[in-house]
Amino acid sequence: MGLRHKLSTFRIGGVHPPEQKLSAMVPIAPLPLPRMVTIPIVQHIGKPARITVQRGDSVKTGQVIATHDGFVSSNIHASVSGKVGIIEETMDSTGFKHIAVNIRVKGDEWDESIDRSDTLITEITCEPKEIVERILAAGIVGMGGAAFPSHVKLTIPEGKHVDTLLINGVECEPYLTADHRIMLEKPNEILVGIRILMKALGVPRAIIGIEDNKHDAIELFEKLLGGQTAISVAALKVQYPQGGEKQLIQAVLNREVPSGGLPADVGVIVHNVATTFAVYEAVQKRKPLIERVVTVTGKDVKTPSNFLVRIGTPVIDLLNAAGGVPEDAGKIISGGPMMGKAIADLEVPIAKGTSGILVIPEEEAKRTESYNCVRCGKCIEACPMGLEPYYLLLLGRKGSPEKAEAEHILDCIECGSCSFVCPSNRPILDYIRLGKAEVRQSKAPKV
Amino acid sequence: MNDIVLYSVISLTAIGVVSAVVLYVVSQKFHVHEDERIAQVESVLPNTNCGGCGKPGCHAFALAVVETGDLQALHCPVGGNAVMKQVAGIMGVQAVEKDPYIAVVRCSGSFEYRKKTNVYDGAASCAIAAQLYSGDTGCAYGCLGMGDCVAVCDFGAMYMDEKTGLPVIVEDKCTACNACVKECPKDILELWPKGKKSQRVYVACLNEEKGSTARKECAVACSGCAKCLEACRYDAITLVNNLADIDADKCKLCMECIEACDVRNIIATHTTPDKIAQATEHRLKREEREKKKKQEEKEKLANETNHGTTA
Repeated sequence: MGLRHKLSTFRIGGVHPPEQKLSAMVPIAPLPLPRMVTIPIVQHIGKPARITVQRGDSVKTGQVIATHDGFVSSNIHASVSGKVGIIEETMDSTGFKHIAVNIRVKGDEWDESIDRSDTLITEITCEPKEIVERILAAGIVGMGGAAFPSHVKLTIPEGKHVDTLLINGVECEPYLTADHRIMLEKPNEILVGIRILMKALGVPRAIIGIEDNKHDAIELFEKLLGGQTAISVAALKVQYPQGGEKQLIQAVLNREVPSGGLPADVGVIVHNVATTFAVYEAVQKRKPLIERVVTVTGKDVKTPSNFLVRIGTPVIDLLNAAGGVPEDAGKIISGGPMMGKAIADLEVPIAKGTSGILVIPEEEAKRTESYNCVRCGKCIEACPMGLEPYYLLLLGRKGSPEKAEAEHILDCIECGSCSFVCPSNRPILDYIRLGKAEVRQSKAPKV
Repeated sequence: MNDIVLYSVISLTAIGVVSAVVLYVVSQKFHVHEDERIAQVESVLPNTNCGGCGKPGCHAFALAVVETGDLQALHCPVGGNAVMKQVAGIMGVQAVEKDPYIAVVRCSGSFEYRKKTNVYDGAASCAIAAQLYSGDTGCAYGCLGMGDCVAVCDFGAMYMDEKTGLPVIVEDKCTACNACVKECPKDILELWPKGKKSQRVYVACLNEEKGSTARKECAVACSGCAKCLEACRYDAITLVNNLADIDADKCKLCMECIEACDVRNIIATHTTPDKIAQATEHRLKREEREKKKKQEEKEKLANETNHGTTA
């Protein structure tokens, strides 16, 4: 490897936790169909979808079972074929109870409109409007974790001008390798997906941001792109939370999204690589978002793996396929170790935004005792948004929303870098989340 | 030496006198006239500054009382009717009697009845746990048991029962200041009319899930079976979202519903088992009578129609 230029990254804050990408070399393997799937109607940010099936109905794989309700919402599809079972409140991976549709799996009969072949279709025949419609119909949401409906992001607010599409292949969370594997195994599809998104947005250039710990992916894309100028690859220094939209924009383009603003305010739209692949499938193959790549990993997991999983598969099935739940498992986390959420029940289903299942051993999982703040300022140094986490903790605990808002508590991206570096193990992010909720509540119209 | 002492004493005395005169003049000139009733009202208030009246503190309450004189709207729940009578005396208006309230815990899901399905080890605060997920038991409506309510109680009227994991309200200390009600993220605490002889009847459950699901989560959950609804003669019980709720204004404390509940989760305070047994007997007899009456009516109706066909 030749000499590289100095790698760029975001300007302030950030941490570098141990990378632990145990499953980076494990190819994506499809997981056998489960006996039963549980599909929550809330898998995205926005309004819950409206259920259109009833108990006892027969459904085919890819059939719509709940339609989007309003603009910021998403379609939900049957991820398997079979009979609709009970529709009831079930705890999902967010930890809250939501209405979910259970489907008893019978065979695997797909909806006829879906093209299931492997052939790469490079020619984009759809018009921009049609592209957005197909993405909406396919129920595609941001697959990096936040699960924001993608069609909303493709509809640029009036008066904004977007000049760059950023593709997020950073995967800065330790342990997770789902995006890495999809970049290695489906690069051509992703490139077509990027061109589809560029056409839909009408932007002249796209940049794929990839962290430097994924050399193979960077080199692969550089090779495939050859001398192309419209699409390029930006290699980035390994730094958490570079996968955050605002951090990525700063790292690649050196633009700063204003406080309370959106990437579109600085002329950028960001999509995740897995979402880009899903966009390819939705537009070229008319395949809705019914499966995704999920990393199952952890120090004591027998075979850390990357599975292609149908939405709604219970977490326990994935763990069993990766060699069972380790004996010393202390916590099982949906997502990565930094921003993921401990799950309270192994029956919770995989949702559109679940990027990984991580098993943490008992001794590492326990929260250690927290002490008083020693005013060391490490949290301020680590905060990628330039906030003062120790102070926001106090404001969140005290319950003073006006002051907290004045301190820009709503700009917090909840990356957890502050809690990660705190030598006193203070539950900083916990209280900041509380403070954010209080601010939102105080601003909400009184009923 | 003596001179120094003498001069110092004289000069200091002179400064003192001059300052006193200046202070007196200034205090007269810039005197702020304040209604003396404000201070009087404040002196009879409990001065706990708990905010139970809706004002930021006792001084703000006294100010509001003197400004508006509206004792219908302004009421100190901590001092109760006794204090409000004194306030009315100072203001020279008729005192308004209000029924005292008390906080009740509307969850019976103790460790015994509600098994833990996972372990929570985050920051020890109900508010944070409630934001993260639906709780460490199956029930998404029940008490989280970390005692945020106990921490905000200014009157030492609450404690966590270690055996049950639920908060307990100390009856003679609770002043119905509403602090715990506002704090609880699951809205388990509620202000309830204290009732005659401190007798209260309420449903100690907030689970809105279907009966079968609710009972799986907690052995004493309200399943929405509506048996209490039928038992009530005064239409005081309603069933909304699979959950029975008692209207305290309509409830006549007849205790007939208590034993109608399968899981005995209608709580009655300050009553005796005898009274409940009596009430139950009463109810059963009444139900029997009604059943008989219905049967008779049915037979009558059947006879009439028979006659009709034969004739």
